[in-house]
Amino acid sequence: MEEFKVPPPSKINYLNAEYGLKSWLLTRDHKRIALLYLGSISFFFMIGGIYAMLIRLELLTPHGQLLTSTTYNKVFTQHGIIMVFFFLIPSIPATLGNFLVPLMIGAKDLAFPRINLLSWYIYMLGGIVTIYALLAGGVDTGWTFYVPFSTTFSNSYVVATGLGIFISGFSSILTGLNFIVTIHTMRAPGMTWFRMPLFIWAHYATSLIMILGTPVIAITILLLAFERLAHVGIFDPALGGDPILFQHLFWFYSHPAVYIMVLPGMGVVSELIANFSRKNVFGYKFVAFSSLAIAIFGFLVWGHHLFVASQSVYAGMIFSFLSFAVAIPSAVKVFNWSATLYKGSISYETPMLYGLGFIGLFTIGGMTGLFLAALAVDVHLSDTYFVIAHFHYIMVGGTLLAYLGGLHYWWPKITGRMYPEGWGRFSALVVFIGFNLTFLPQFVLGYMGMPRRYHYYPEEFQVLHVLSTAGASILGVGLLIPAIYLLWSMRYGPIAPANPWHLPGLEWRTQSPPPTENFEQTPVVTWEAYEFAPIDEMEVVGRYGESKAEV
Amino acid sequence: MSEHIVSVKVYFAIFLALLVGTVLTAWVAFFDFPGPLNAIVALTIACIKAALVILYFMHMRYSSRLIWVVFGAALFWLAIMFALTFSDYSTRSWLPVF
Amino acid sequence: MAESYATEHEVSHPGLQHHFENMDQQREASALGMWVFLVTEIMFFGGMFLAYTLYRWKYPESFEVASNHLDIWLGAVNTVVLICSSFTMALTVYCTQIGRQQLQILFLVLTMIFGVTFLGIKAVEYKQKYDDNLIPGRLIPGHPFNPSVQEEGKPADKHKLHLIPGATVRNVELFYWIYFAMTGMHALHMIIGLGIMLVLLFFSVRGRYGPEYHNPIEISGLYWHFVDIVWIFLFPLLYLLGRHIGHG
Ligand SMILES: [Cu+2]
Repeated sequence: MEEFKVPPPSKINYLNAEYGLKSWLLTRDHKRIALLYLGSISFFFMIGGIYAMLIRLELLTPHGQLLTSTTYNKVFTQHGIIMVFFFLIPSIPATLGNFLVPLMIGAKDLAFPRINLLSWYIYMLGGIVTIYALLAGGVDTGWTFYVPFSTTFSNSYVVATGLGIFISGFSSILTGLNFIVTIHTMRAPGMTWFRMPLFIWAHYATSLIMILGTPVIAITILLLAFERLAHVGIFDPALGGDPILFQHLFWFYSHPAVYIMVLPGMGVVSELIANFSRKNVFGYKFVAFSSLAIAIFGFLVWGHHLFVASQSVYAGMIFSFLSFAVAIPSAVKVFNWSATLYKGSISYETPMLYGLGFIGLFTIGGMTGLFLAALAVDVHLSDTYFVIAHFHYIMVGGTLLAYLGGLHYWWPKITGRMYPEGWGRFSALVVFIGFNLTFLPQFVLGYMGMPRRYHYYPEEFQVLHVLSTAGASILGVGLLIPAIYLLWSMRYGPIAPANPWHLPGLEWRTQSPPPTENFEQTPVVTWEAYEFAPIDEMEVVGRYGESKAEV
Repeated sequence: MSEHIVSVKVYFAIFLALLVGTVLTAWVAFFDFPGPLNAIVALTIACIKAALVILYFMHMRYSSRLIWVVFGAALFWLAIMFALTFSDYSTRSWLPVF
Repeated sequence: MAESYATEHEVSHPGLQHHFENMDQQREASALGMWVFLVTEIMFFGGMFLAYTLYRWKYPESFEVASNHLDIWLGAVNTVVLICSSFTMALTVYCTQIGRQQLQILFLVLTMIFGVTFLGIKAVEYKQKYDDNLIPGRLIPGHPFNPSVQEEGKPADKHKLHLIPGATVRNVELFYWIYFAMTGMHALHMIIGLGIMLVLLFFSVRGRYGPEYHNPIEISGLYWHFVDIVWIFLFPLLYLLGRHIGHG
C-alpha cells in the first residue's frame, strides 16, 4: 500500500460523499455524470484518434501501401463517425456543460437528474452498438451515409452503425432538454437572464439545436435502415424515391450539428477571454444573442452541402446567401472577444493560451468556410482537401482547443487539484504548432485538386502530405502530454483552493470540489456577470468564502 | 403559478367539436373541388381540430407564454424545413435566367 | 419564474424531489420538459411529413389511387376512437386535479381501452393490406408488394388497384411505404403511451396522485394528446386525399 501523501480535503465533497462502483453507476449527481461522460468520451476520442493516425500514415506515400482501398474507406468513415457522433457532439456539453450549468446558475442539480443519468447509459449503448459494428466488419460509406450507396450497394455494416448513431442521438436530445428546462426554471434568486455567464447562453443555444435537429437525423437514419433491410424506397431512385431528399434531411441536422460542436466551445472561450483579461466581455448582450442567432441561422444554410448535388441553382443562390449571413453572428463573437482583450489585464495561463488559439484558428476555419459558401468557388473546391482542412479548423482548432482550455480552466473545480502549469503551457504550444502543420498544407492540397476519400494521389502532392503527417504526429504528442499530467494531477497535484483564478462566477463561490448539493445554501445573486471590480463587496456564500481574501 | 382547472363543460364542448370535425372532413372528401381545394379544406379542418386539442385538452390556452414560444418554435422550424427543401424542388425545372 | 420561489418553504410533500425548491417549481419544470420533448417529436414526425409532401407533390395520381384503396370507414372509426381516448384522458387529469380518485382510475382505464381498440382496428387494416399484397418491398419476407390491377370492363373488385392515367404501381408502392412508416411509427407511440398508462394505473390505485401532486398524469396526458394530434393529420392526408375520384 502506498501511503496517502496528501491530506484528504477537509470537507465532504461530491467525490468522497459515497464510495464504490455502484455509487457511480447509479448516481444522479450531475457532477458525477459529467465525469462518467468525461471518461467515456476520452475513450472514444482515443479510438477516433487511432483512425486519424492510420489515415495520416496511409497518406504518407502516394500509392496507398499500408491499407487496401476497402480498408481505407472504412478507416476514414469510422474516424468521422466516432469523432463526430461520439466525441465532438457530446464533448463540451456532456462533460463541462453537465458539470457547470447547475453550478453557474446556482442550482442544486439539473432539472431531471434521472434523465441525465439515462442519457449517459443511452450514449454508452449507442457507443457499444457502434463499436460492435466496427469490430464486426466496419462501415465504408463515409460518415454522411449518402444514398443509394449506403442503402443498396455498400457491403458493410451500415444498419448496425446507423443504429448506434440513432441510439446515441437520444442521449443528445435528453441532454439538451435537461439544459433548457434547467436554465428556464432552476436559476438561483437574482440570477436574471443577463446575469448568466455566456457559457450558459451558449449551452442554451446548443440545446435548441439538439432538440430541434437531432430528431430529424433520427428519422432519416431509421428510414435509411428500413430501406436497406426491406428494400422499400423513399431515397432509392430505382424505387421512385429521391436521393437528394436524403441529403436535405441529413444536412438539416448535420450542418447545425457543426454548431452543436462549436457553440459550447464559444461559450468556454467567452469565459476564458473575459476571466483572464479580468474584464467584462465587450458587448455582453451582443455575444449572448449571437449564440441564439447562430442557433437559428444555422438551420437555414444546409443546402451549401448540395451545391454540386443537382440541387436547383436557385435554391443554391438562397443557401449561398444565407451561408454568408451566418458568418455575421460568428464574426460578432470574434470581434467582441478581441475588443475584450483590449486594455485588459491579460495573464497567459494554459486555458487562456487555448482560448487565444481558438480565436485565431476558428477565424481561419470560418473565413475558409466563406470560400465554400460561394457557389462558383465551391464547384472547384467541393469534396477536396480544402473542405477537410476547413472543417478541421472548426472542429479541432475550434471545439477541441476550447474543450482542452475549459478542461484546464475548471480542472481545479472538478478534481480539487491543480494541474502543472508549465507542462500545460508547453503542451498548449505543441498542440497549436502540430495542428497548424497538419491542416495548413491540406488547404493547399485541396486547392491543387487533391480529392477527399482517396488514398492514391499524384506524386507531386507527397511533400505536402508528409508535412501534414508530421504535423499530426506532433499534434498526437501534444494531446498525449495533457492526458498524462491531468491523470497524474488527480492524485498528486497541489490541492486547489475554492477560487484559484480569483473570479466572481458562482461556480467559484463554493468549495473545490463542490459538495453534492453544490452550495451550502441557495445563493442569492446580486452582481452582474464578469463584474470584477467590486469583488470585496460581493456576497460570498459557503464556507470557503475566505478565498475572496486572497484577491 | 397556480394551476388552472378547465371545467367539464369545456372539455365536453371540445369533444363534440372534434367529432363534428371528423364527420365533416370525411364527408367533404367525397366532393371533387377544383384544383388543390380538396387538400386545403382537409388540412384546414385538421388544423382547427389540432388547435382545439392543443388549446383545451393540453391546456395551452392557460399556460405561460414560455410554453407558447416552445410550441411556436417547433412550428417555425418545421416551416424552415419545408420551405427551404421545397425552394430546391419547386425551382428545379426553372430555366436559367442569366 | 425564478424569483418567485426564493424564500417560501412550504411543507415538504413526499412527491417533491430534493433538488427542487417547491412543488410549483417542480410542476413548471416537468410541464416544460414534456413540451420540449414534444417539440422533438414534432420534428421527428416532421421528417416523414416532409417525405410525404414531396412525393404527393411529385406523384399526385399514384397517391390518389393508393389513398383511395385504404378503408375510409376503419380510418374514420379509428379517428373517433382516438378522440374519445383523448377526451377521457383530459377527464383523467381533471378528476385528479379535483381529487376524485375513483373517477380518475375509471377514466384512465377507459383511455386505455380506447387505445387498445385503436390498435386492434389498425391491426385489422394491416391484415387487409397483407391479404391484398400491399406490403411494400420486403418488409415481410416472402410476401412482396404485388397488388392485382383492375382491368377495363371487368366487374369492380375492391381488392384490386384502380389505376388512373398517370398512376404507376411503383409509386403506389412508395405511398404504401410512407403509409406503413407513418402509421407504424404512430402505433409505436401509442404502445409506449399505453405502457406509461399502465404505470400510472399502478400508482393511481395506490392513491399516489391527487390535487397536490399529479405531474406524471398531467404530462402523460400531454403526450397522449400529441399522439392524437398526429393522427388528426394522418387521417386526412392518408385516407381522404383521393376520395373524390370515386370507386373505393
Ligand atoms: Cu454546412
